[in-house]
Amino acid sequence: MKRAFRAPCLVRAAGALVLLAALGGCARAPQPVHYFAEGRPAHLSDWQVVFRDRGRLALNARVVPYDLTTPLFSDYAHKLRTLYLPPGSSARYDATQTFDFPVGTIITKTFYYPRGSDAATSVSRTYDQSRDFAGEGLDLSRVRLIETRLLVRRAHGWEALPYVWNAQQTDAELARTGDEVALELLADDGSREAFTYVVPNENQCAGCHVTDLKTKAIAPIGPKARHLNRDYAYAAGTQNQLEHLAKLGYLTGLPAPAEVPRNANWRDSAAPLEARARAYLDVNCGHCHNPKGPADTTGLTFDVATPVDRHLGLCKPPVAAGRGTGDHLFDIVPGHPDDSILPFRLASREPGVMMPEQGRATVHREGLELIREWIAALPGECGV
Amino acid sequence: MAAGCSHPGGPATGKGLSAEEAAFQKHLQEEFLDAKPGTVIEIPAGHHALDRVLTLRANGVTIRGEGTEQSVLSFKNEISGPEGILVYGNDFVIENLSIEDTKGDGLKINDGENITIRGVRVAWTGGPKTTNGAYGIYPVKSRNILIENSSSWGAADAGIYVGQSVNVIVRNCHAEQNVAGIEIENTINADVHDNLATGNTGGILVFNMPNLSQPGHSTRVFHNKVLKNNLANFAARGAAVASVPAGAGVVVNSNSKVEIFDNDIADNQTANLIISAYFSTNYYNKPGIDPNYDPYPRAIYVYDNRFSGGGDAPDGLDLKTLKLAMFGLNGHFPDILWDGYRDEKNLINGVPPADERICIRNGSVSVLNADGPHKYKSPSTDMAAYQCELPKLSPVELPARG
Repeated sequence: MKRAFRAPCLVRAAGALVLLAALGGCARAPQPVHYFAEGRPAHLSDWQVVFRDRGRLALNARVVPYDLTTPLFSDYAHKLRTLYLPPGSSARYDATQTFDFPVGTIITKTFYYPRGSDAATSVSRTYDQSRDFAGEGLDLSRVRLIETRLLVRRAHGWEALPYVWNAQQTDAELARTGDEVALELLADDGSREAFTYVVPNENQCAGCHVTDLKTKAIAPIGPKARHLNRDYAYAAGTQNQLEHLAKLGYLTGLPAPAEVPRNANWRDSAAPLEARARAYLDVNCGHCHNPKGPADTTGLTFDVATPVDRHLGLCKPPVAAGRGTGDHLFDIVPGHPDDSILPFRLASREPGVMMPEQGRATVHREGLELIREWIAALPGECGV
Repeated sequence: MAAGCSHPGGPATGKGLSAEEAAFQKHLQEEFLDAKPGTVIEIPAGHHALDRVLTLRANGVTIRGEGTEQSVLSFKNEISGPEGILVYGNDFVIENLSIEDTKGDGLKINDGENITIRGVRVAWTGGPKTTNGAYGIYPVKSRNILIENSSSWGAADAGIYVGQSVNVIVRNCHAEQNVAGIEIENTINADVHDNLATGNTGGILVFNMPNLSQPGHSTRVFHNKVLKNNLANFAARGAAVASVPAGAGVVVNSNSKVEIFDNDIADNQTANLIISAYFSTNYYNKPGIDPNYDPYPRAIYVYDNRFSGGGDAPDGLDLKTLKLAMFGLNGHFPDILWDGYRDEKNLINGVPPADERICIRNGSVSVLNADGPHKYKSPSTDMAAYQCELPKLSPVELPARG
């Protein structure tokens, strides 16, 4: 089924953006996604991938939303991820690596929060996304948009472009040097936590997205088979994401479902603890802590292929942790989360101690609890 | 974004940056983003407060200040980092500036080739504290590195730290108030000379750690002044250097082909020179250590140094007890302290092969074999085992650079 969409009702007048939605309609024909082969457009709306349309953040035609089996933690932000491929092109399936996307591919990730129940300044700390959506877009009466990051596949490789949403939520502006947003998280139990949400600058984008220090090339992290292998509730109905992309012609070479790897959903209590923890570490740590990544200086790897031994930190002395050791001797002491460095660093929000080093300013309570449970259940001892 | 533009719930600056400082940071960040081969990023004179790491991802870039006293980058209010300057690039030069009070490492260079660090001062201005960043100047997994006329103050691990690198010269530098002053770790071919290491916990360290990309070897430590490194160890427990006793001048741990000559090493109160194996660090355990890791120091050659003082107030109960038992309350350890661990499987007629020995040609200097493997039961000052010579290492040569 072809999804209906609305074009953005934006025109430029004397250099200023004017939103016509409030005037009750859009007289212009829908514009297709605009791929810029070079340069850095100043506004997110220039790309026409996701855009403000009346009361929602809408997706253009050919723009497909997706989720990950287990996502990166980003200060409890919700994320709307989208994938756009130029007409007539497709990505090639790979069992372990990021799919090989064609030039002209645009991936977006919009970080947003459900608005807090009490005041305009607080946002909700919740895993419930059921109230966020209006169709495949976002309901702006319910959510507050913070930033939209673009990964654009250009002829020479991927480029990262961060856009920060304005206070009026009408458009997002290019923020190459990043930004900082004061937020307050309001939990269901009424507790509050103020923090500074840090929008990364372009070089910090590479801090996660350069997963191979030799090539130094930026690459998407999420669009891999094991992260995408799950269902998504599309407007046309629920379907496995990989099958959906294959059906649209976005993905070639997809093998039979049984042959496609799948990371566990870290929140799925029915899944084995080990699988949940490894999925969590894979997506939160593995982009740096892999045999080719920037953290290969540490001898510690967390990608999904790492064996459960010293490479994963079991009984491994730290290398360059400084005070990040928390006075503990080893990265992971099986059975003893309180004696292990890994949960200590996940529990910190202090630069120089905390891990990951960037991308969060709050502690991921539930993720930390999962890792502690997993370590507590690990057999063996270090035998010092 | 300037502080004046912030509004409730909207974009805001971090703690503490004025509008001018925020504008300076934005401009500087843009220069780092736009840098390309040949770019010179000038750091003007002034005390510049920044709250976010400066990351560079281009080759062939120079960062240049007007002097360590003039151009100061302060990260006291850093909210995102944790480094001060983080570099992924080749043919990199940084000179004539200061980096202060970073939450993590001051200057980190990862996976670079042809790196010049000249006249850079990294300091934690509150003095030695466990909460200071780990490393001051920190090139890692890099090749062809020159660090000169630079200094580090207050690092909670090592002031000038070269890790997992190849072809390194550290010269005319000053390290003070750090846990380790200068540390060469898992590095191949390093010359450390004409430096001053004083007032640290340990002065100059040559280490090999397990589980890393390469074992190090071939380091020459010469013509340095390594004086009064008696600062109480303030590293967090578990950190690599937390096992270094206060009062350590030069320390060789688990490394091989290390040549120590023509240094002035004085008044380091545990010992002026310590040679040890990984077993003495307390971190050794079977599951956590690569079975191929070599924990022993091999081919250590000490000659023609000028030792004086020191050894009179060793750190740690074991060493205190040992000193008291052997040398009395007012006595002191010999200049060289060896923990006594050696590769028993590799002995020929009870001694290591000729090219793996500890050799000492240093006048009347003496050595204490502390007998660490037997809990200090039979320490010895017999010098016979060290009467040997080793082939001298070649000087490190770096490619010509600008």
